[in-house]
Amino acid sequence: MDLSAINWLTLLASLMVAATPILLAGIGELVVEKSGVLNLGVEGMMITGAICGFAAAYNTQSAFVGFAAAAAGGAALSMIFGLMTQVLMSNQVATGLALTLFGLGFSALLGQSYIGIKGIEVSAVPLGPLADIPVLGPVLFQHDAVVYVAIALVASVWAFLKFTRAGLTLRAVGENHDAAHALGYKVVLIRLAAIGFGGACAGLGGAYLSLVRVPQWTEGMTAGAGWIALALVVFASWRPWRVLIGAYLFGGITVLQLNLQAAGAKIPVEYLSMSPYVITIIVLVVMSSGRGRAALAAPAALGRVFHKSG
Amino acid sequence: MKLHSILTGAALALGLAASGAMAQDKTKVGFIYVGPVGDFGWSYEHNEGRLAVEEAFGDSVETVFQESVPEGADAERVMTQMALSGADLIFSTSFGYMDPTLNVAAKFPDVKFEHATGFKRADNVSTYSARFYEGRAVIGHIAGKMTETNTVGYIASFPIPEVIRGINSAYIHAKKVNPDVEFKVVWVYTWFDPAKEADAANALIEQGADVIMQHTDSTAPMTIAEEKGIVAFGQASDMKNFGPTAQLTAIIDDWAPYYVSRVKAVMDGTWESTDTWDGIEPGMVAFAEMSDKIPADVRAEAEQMIEDIKSGAYHPFSGPLNKQDGSAWLAEGETADDGTLAGMNFYVEGLEGEIPQ
Repeated sequence: MDLSAINWLTLLASLMVAATPILLAGIGELVVEKSGVLNLGVEGMMITGAICGFAAAYNTQSAFVGFAAAAAGGAALSMIFGLMTQVLMSNQVATGLALTLFGLGFSALLGQSYIGIKGIEVSAVPLGPLADIPVLGPVLFQHDAVVYVAIALVASVWAFLKFTRAGLTLRAVGENHDAAHALGYKVVLIRLAAIGFGGACAGLGGAYLSLVRVPQWTEGMTAGAGWIALALVVFASWRPWRVLIGAYLFGGITVLQLNLQAAGAKIPVEYLSMSPYVITIIVLVVMSSGRGRAALAAPAALGRVFHKSG
Repeated sequence: MKLHSILTGAALALGLAASGAMAQDKTKVGFIYVGPVGDFGWSYEHNEGRLAVEEAFGDSVETVFQESVPEGADAERVMTQMALSGADLIFSTSFGYMDPTLNVAAKFPDVKFEHATGFKRADNVSTYSARFYEGRAVIGHIAGKMTETNTVGYIASFPIPEVIRGINSAYIHAKKVNPDVEFKVVWVYTWFDPAKEADAANALIEQGADVIMQHTDSTAPMTIAEEKGIVAFGQASDMKNFGPTAQLTAIIDDWAPYYVSRVKAVMDGTWESTDTWDGIEPGMVAFAEMSDKIPADVRAEAEQMIEDIKSGAYHPFSGPLNKQDGSAWLAEGETADDGTLAGMNFYVEGLEGEIPQ
């Protein structure tokens, strides 16, 4: 095996690209879960965002419109989930799973006429001299805007949850919805807003796949990224910066796996392919072992149905 | 007014009766595809073959198809459904449909089946495939001449004989014209997953590959090659739309003549279980237009090779050739027999890495 064949700088750069879809979907889901709602429909919202984004960008030739449409599409789909679980008080796990199945089929229907079409080009952000810095330049400063938006989003979510009154309210709703309700907060409205935000982020993540990473539309192209995003939130024990680290870790393994193969590593391919999922499982087992603060970080009202009658 | 409506009704009834009678005579042909017909690769070309059948027989044939059918139990369900709904002939167009096709065929002895790229036959199951390795020989030659980094990236799907044959054939001919050439093979374990194929193409390019070959069905690697400003070969279909400057040429699978002749055989009642393995000569393997990027002399050599394979003067697997472990395979002047080729499970000498088991 010749590891020197791997260009570690470009590997790090492509790691950032590979991690962006799950980072976006993960940070959205984190906010949803912080409000006490478990939405398992991330995969469905991502794939819907992927086709909405691709279709809008193709028809308008504008990447910005594409990403906006993707966020709108993901948010619209999440509102079905919101209506079912918050107003009609259905089971969140079952509804979330149904949302994934629905999203996969619905996106295939929407995408019928977009199969086999070449997408638009999303150019890198011109960062001037920053891009020319040796080592750091190619790794950090030659990406498209969405990579930076995703990181900015992590920072904003962190600041929002930690420093703002609205963030405190959101967390209160997620920890104890009855108490929040007694204090006069509109639990259902706050949760709907969180679900919508989560949907928009998942939609963005999906569109990043169909507009930048591939870039074309294909049925089922998210290929499980939504589930990785869900695992990511648990992995991060509901902390925004850890979502960022986790996303880069998972994205990194995926890219590294292919690079090791190309470099001729004598590791069976099957093990390399499943390594991101194995690590997810190991992390989940370690996290749920009940020791340490990590296990206590889950929002107390996560997945519980709220009704005003208490 | 009243007379008019009665007449219309009568005409309608007549028309219905006529079309009912027609339906009896129609030959129904089913197709199942492993990817979407819009993959602009493998499944797309099979669907072109289906359209050619419709074109050739017009009203006397009815075709149905189902796309993106997973290899396995789902394929069995889909074929059973087609057979139950009256299909006379079913084309199952992916290697992984082999056992499902035989299972369904056993249940419907009167329905004819045609399985692509497989090797198991029955009284009502034929197999057919194209000698893609002939095409790979030609693009291998071009790749060996074109690469400047002496590194060719190869995106492989599953370690089955058809794919291994392609890697060997391309490598032998690249090596012949460029002794320093090295092949980097990445197995992605899918026929169709654009995100993974794109990541694989990126990984190969990052490690110095400046020519990309693929044995997967999506156009994602071609898109990446175009984006990165390197060159690539289209697979199964002309992918020029996705790589206007990147595509050097493409191996095109032309199934249309075969499909038309097999449907004709069913109509005439002369259909028999056969094993067809056609190459460049009958036109089952064709090439997309060669890019201007290929220098004139290389293009002439490539075209000469196509002619020689066509005429039978040259066989892509001609000795002396050794296996990867150095043991002798073909002696000077010997050519590989079809049996060995059909079950090929080894790399030839010079290729690095191992075939995953």
